[in-house]
Amino acid sequence: MIQELCKRLRLRDRQLARVVNIGTPYLWLGLFFLAPFAIVLHISLAETALAQPPYTSLWEWVDDGVLQVRLNLQNFVTVFSDELYLAAFLNSLWVALVCTILCLLIGYPMAYAIATAPERRRVMLLMLIILPFWTSFLIRVYAWIGILKPNGLLNNLLLSLGLIDQPLTILHTQTAIYIGVVYSYLPFMILPLFANLTRLDFSLLEAAADLGCRPFKAFLKVTLPLSLPGIVAGSMLVFIPVVGEFVIPDLLGGPDSLMIGKMLWTEFFSNKDWPLAAALAICLLGVLVVPFVMMQRLEHRIGGDER
Amino acid sequence: MTNPAERRKLEPWQDPKAAPYVRIDHVTKKFGDVYAVDDVSLDIFQGEFFSLLGSSGCGKSTLLRMLAGLERPSAGRIYIDGADVTDIPAYSRPVNMMFQSYALFPHMTVEQNVEFGLKQDRMPRKERAERVGEMLALLQISELRRRKPDQLSGGQRQRVALARTLAKHPKLLLLDEPLGALDKRLRESAQFELVNLQERIGITFVTVTHDQEEAMTMSTRIAVMNAGQILQVDTPTAIYEYPEYRFVADFIGLVNLFDGRVMETQDDQVLIESSLGRRLHMRDLHPHAIGTPVTVAIRPEKLQICSTYQENGTNQVKGVVEDIAYLGDVSIYRVRVSPEMLVEMTLTNVHPRTEQALTWGQEVAMEWSPTSGVVLTE
Repeated sequence: MIQELCKRLRLRDRQLARVVNIGTPYLWLGLFFLAPFAIVLHISLAETALAQPPYTSLWEWVDDGVLQVRLNLQNFVTVFSDELYLAAFLNSLWVALVCTILCLLIGYPMAYAIATAPERRRVMLLMLIILPFWTSFLIRVYAWIGILKPNGLLNNLLLSLGLIDQPLTILHTQTAIYIGVVYSYLPFMILPLFANLTRLDFSLLEAAADLGCRPFKAFLKVTLPLSLPGIVAGSMLVFIPVVGEFVIPDLLGGPDSLMIGKMLWTEFFSNKDWPLAAALAICLLGVLVVPFVMMQRLEHRIGGDER
Repeated sequence: MTNPAERRKLEPWQDPKAAPYVRIDHVTKKFGDVYAVDDVSLDIFQGEFFSLLGSSGCGKSTLLRMLAGLERPSAGRIYIDGADVTDIPAYSRPVNMMFQSYALFPHMTVEQNVEFGLKQDRMPRKERAERVGEMLALLQISELRRRKPDQLSGGQRQRVALARTLAKHPKLLLLDEPLGALDKRLRESAQFELVNLQERIGITFVTVTHDQEEAMTMSTRIAVMNAGQILQVDTPTAIYEYPEYRFVADFIGLVNLFDGRVMETQDDQVLIESSLGRRLHMRDLHPHAIGTPVTVAIRPEKLQICSTYQENGTNQVKGVVEDIAYLGDVSIYRVRVSPEMLVEMTLTNVHPRTEQALTWGQEVAMEWSPTSGVVLTE
């Protein structure tokens, strides 16, 4: 009988463990993703008001027990009809795309070099990639102002070398945003690529050479397809946050740089138009979910191939 | 017996006029200060199934990789079919290698793997498909053509790897531990299959193995390597029966080594005083001077139970059975003949185990004939 009881207890323990195991991530997602999302969605359907918080409530009790719900879609109409927002969305996506490609082009050779380096040097090289994280992100972006400004380090260097006659205007242009973003997000491209490339079996490249394949073609036919999961992961880690990036365009891009993250910030803090800002945030999420789902599908397909 | 002409055809290395197909000429490979391959010269003939045999780290794989072009010799030249290939990179050599891990491309199907080398040669599509079909049929893996490597068993992967290396019709096929990843049962059948395949297609095979049994079964000739050098190159029979070095005798199969000193010589007969205090009478193909310290190597199966043991008899030793290893078909008896020495004797189990004459702790005398062993100096 005691045995029976123990068995039952153990069974319950196991069920409890299963609930905790599966429940934790759901709880996490619910608390920190779904709930904030619901709040933002809620705000996006409200109207601005001179109040604290600065928006109207969606529902209100009228007489006779009638609940009146007012869903204001005007914010979304504004977002979709005002060309400024559309331009900002397109520009953000463009900046993210260009920067992701640049990060990939710069990061891939670096990740490859680290993955193929001798064990001891590899640790040091990885440290060098991670080292910038020890300084505040904000300070590192500020430092770029000092480098890129008209009488900054870069212009002075180029002037003293005689390569240019007058300072280049880089700061407060789209180019400065590219430089800042690529610099800041490069490690996020390198690390997943490195993780992928260290697992590459280099005897596959020897086999390709043995079968008559020149090194560059072997790279295209063997290394590249096998590192596709790393490329996808790295690209996602760069692309998604860059679309909503706010700090870099604000500091390096100057007043007229059209980035959705920056507009969102302006609507929220300068114009105090929370509902419009929330509508922008919801649209941004929609824009990001599409590439995310696409990439995950792609990754799934590759993953399926590898199995 | 076969006539000399036919023998020359079967054993081209016996023919002084035969031109070697692969010539390794004083090749050395250094990694840092370590000599992986140390001044090796070797001739391999067309149609041979040649094995490089040695324990791990003896340089056999490095030598094979130099033939493939995956490593560059530090010194020396390599010729294949008369052409100096030393400076030709792997991708332009008429040589293909089967890797120990098989190195199948995981993102390609079996068919694509086999086709890969042909595509590099820009072979027309139709011809390519034909060749792939041919190769898959040859190795009986046609029904696996759409599978990916990770959907295959070890034995199937080995066949795919073999098909891939054979597809380009290489002049020379290199195999690095070709059967190393297979389990024992599969390995035995694969050995015969590999030999049959080689005989059918007539490509020269060079394999690397640490498994002496594998080398013995498959090879026309074996090169035994140790510490970057080749000790002996010979047919499996000669390597087993007439090893030239203690290391070779010891590496291949079981052997009893009796240390001693030459007392008397007459023609090819030699009388040796062994350190056990017994006199050994052997045939010696390389006569040694009187007083030379030598080692007599006798295989366990060459020993017999002696019924006429004499205190001063030659080629006789006596001892007590200490261990018996029953292997089914034969038993190995380990007999203590002196405090320092155990002699191993293999006897065929003609009678069931329970009726065996010898048992633990029993005293037994053993003898052998003068022609059943070799006299070695180092």
